[in-house]
Amino acid sequence: MIWVTQLLNGVLLGGYYALLACGLSFMFGVMRIINLAHGDFAILSACLVFLIANTTDISPFIALVVVLPLMALIGWGLQRWMLERSLRAGMLVPLLTTFGLAIVIENGLFEYFGADTRSLAPYIGDFAYDSWAITGNVYIGYLAALIFALAVVLLGGLKLFLTYTSLGRAIRATAEDSDTAALVGINARAVYGIAAAIAVATAGLAGVFLAMRAVFTPYSGPEQLIFAFEAVVIGGIGSLSGTLVGGIVLGVAQTFGAQINPQGFLITGHVVFLVVLAGRLALTGLRGRGGIQGLLARQP
Amino acid sequence: MSTNRGFVVERWTRLSIASSIAAVALLVVLALAPLLFAANIVDSLTTLFIYLILSVMWNALAGYAGLVSVGQQAFFGLGAYFAIQFSYYGISVYPALLLGAVAAGLLSLPISMLMLRLRSGEFAIGMWVVAELAHLLVALDPLINGETGVSMIALNAISPDDRRAYNYWMALVAMVGLLAVVFALLRGRLGAAVQAIRDDEDAAQSVGVRVLAGKRTIFLLAAFGCALAGSLWLGTSITFQPRTYFGIQWTAYMIFMVLVGGLGTFEGPILGGVIFFLIEYLFGETGVWYLVGLGAAAIVFALFLPRGLWGTIEERFGIRILPVGYSLRMFRSDFPPGGGAAAPDPQPSIKPGVAANESKAPPPVELG
Repeated sequence: MIWVTQLLNGVLLGGYYALLACGLSFMFGVMRIINLAHGDFAILSACLVFLIANTTDISPFIALVVVLPLMALIGWGLQRWMLERSLRAGMLVPLLTTFGLAIVIENGLFEYFGADTRSLAPYIGDFAYDSWAITGNVYIGYLAALIFALAVVLLGGLKLFLTYTSLGRAIRATAEDSDTAALVGINARAVYGIAAAIAVATAGLAGVFLAMRAVFTPYSGPEQLIFAFEAVVIGGIGSLSGTLVGGIVLGVAQTFGAQINPQGFLITGHVVFLVVLAGRLALTGLRGRGGIQGLLARQP
Repeated sequence: MSTNRGFVVERWTRLSIASSIAAVALLVVLALAPLLFAANIVDSLTTLFIYLILSVMWNALAGYAGLVSVGQQAFFGLGAYFAIQFSYYGISVYPALLLGAVAAGLLSLPISMLMLRLRSGEFAIGMWVVAELAHLLVALDPLINGETGVSMIALNAISPDDRRAYNYWMALVAMVGLLAVVFALLRGRLGAAVQAIRDDEDAAQSVGVRVLAGKRTIFLLAAFGCALAGSLWLGTSITFQPRTYFGIQWTAYMIFMVLVGGLGTFEGPILGGVIFFLIEYLFGETGVWYLVGLGAAAIVFALFLPRGLWGTIEERFGIRILPVGYSLRMFRSDFPPGGGAAAPDPQPSIKPGVAANESKAPPPVELG
């Protein structure tokens, strides 16, 4: 019975990873940038919501209404002032600048918030631990279920947005070939700005839910980046529905690993990631990495 | 040559000859340092050498082979960890430090088989995952006591003065040796090959550069170099705590040193290492703000001075201190002086006196 519970927990944890990975996958698909500060944006957003919840009586859910647009704005600014210039300088420069930004955000947050481990759970009351009893000893937490549902809605919504709206089509065209897209009148600069805004805002959303369901410190960002990246790679880079599958595989691997050994949570996750990577490379070589353009650029 | 203007290809300029002689003289002084200088200066120089190793290794990876790794701390930690293992099984201290680095270097071969198939960003985070996994697995070893860590007890058997001198000499030899290897590799066919890979992997492949072999050579070298830096660090600090050795801050230091000094130049990372050493000495006490400053400086340099301080100096004044590349020098006679071979097809866009090997990819050659 314990394994059924763990399986369920793993799947629900996978929902969180999918939520977290969604922005990373999206940004890579559109701009070919892996944002090494992705996890730190999640933590930045969690810290901002914490600040609001802690100093006022405002619920974290309502604080999101203020923080998410702010994160989107930060994403837009990131693109305008940093990534655009980085991209012009070559493929490697965005990695260097976003890594530098990660160091700045982490340590800046530490300077302001200190090393304390924090959580938003006390600010959302019973919702943090209430659950449905499925059978005698199998439970599903409200919060975990909400996160999972949100991940499905967000990933699905993003896919519908990319497929059926004109802005979505513009984004896909730019992802495919930004020069040609510009020729037919698409403002690639604006598209990249919007893509970065969406990516950073979803990272921020994930960060707040991390803070509700668990604890965080200013230095939690890199770990979240690694989890997000693992979910993306396991599911197939650039594939939004694959990201959900990847998140679930990672979440289940981690919860099963933790069941075997207290240290097993992280180790099993990393090992599964490397095994999937090795398997895919062995089976398909370099050409099989397809997913990137896959869902974003190709007509579904 | 139909015109009375042309180019000669030169490797040794007058400045590079003079500075090479100066470098040898400096080495002689450095070799005698433990006999000449006070203890704290010797310790500081040892630290500086370790930073220089890290800086030069990361530059070889990113600046020449185009491999941005944020996981080189994997090898830094593994070098120290294996050294502790060897010491535990009875090998004397300094051979154990060297063997630790060799073992980590060998382990990088299977790692390279998976990681080198990834491109840019995937490689970067993939290496980070490797570093995290190495950290977790090392902490499981009962010998290490989890995150509490362990001391290399055998080091305490050596008197502090002797230990200081041995550490210093070992760090000096390691740094000079690794610099010499990088220098030799980059001057040879591999240097041209990996730079071609960095500039355009597919194009390099299409003209017959063995992409994977070139990358792998640099990857193994950088893994061994970072591992040696880690085991040397263990030699100076004696204690091993997984969190410290496998910490991401090492990557932050490496990126800072290389970006500030000059990515893809030979001399740049040396300059960057010295600057980092001075900054740490001056501001290291400020702790977190110091790290914020490092990150911010890395961003500013990557965006506005992508070739770093050294690259900028080199570009502006056309000077080369060490003869690692080739320069084109314009001359005004019908025949090249001294019987030097004229450049077969000088690109009109290459300015005379400017090093050809970094501003433009050299003609890719097949790797031997």
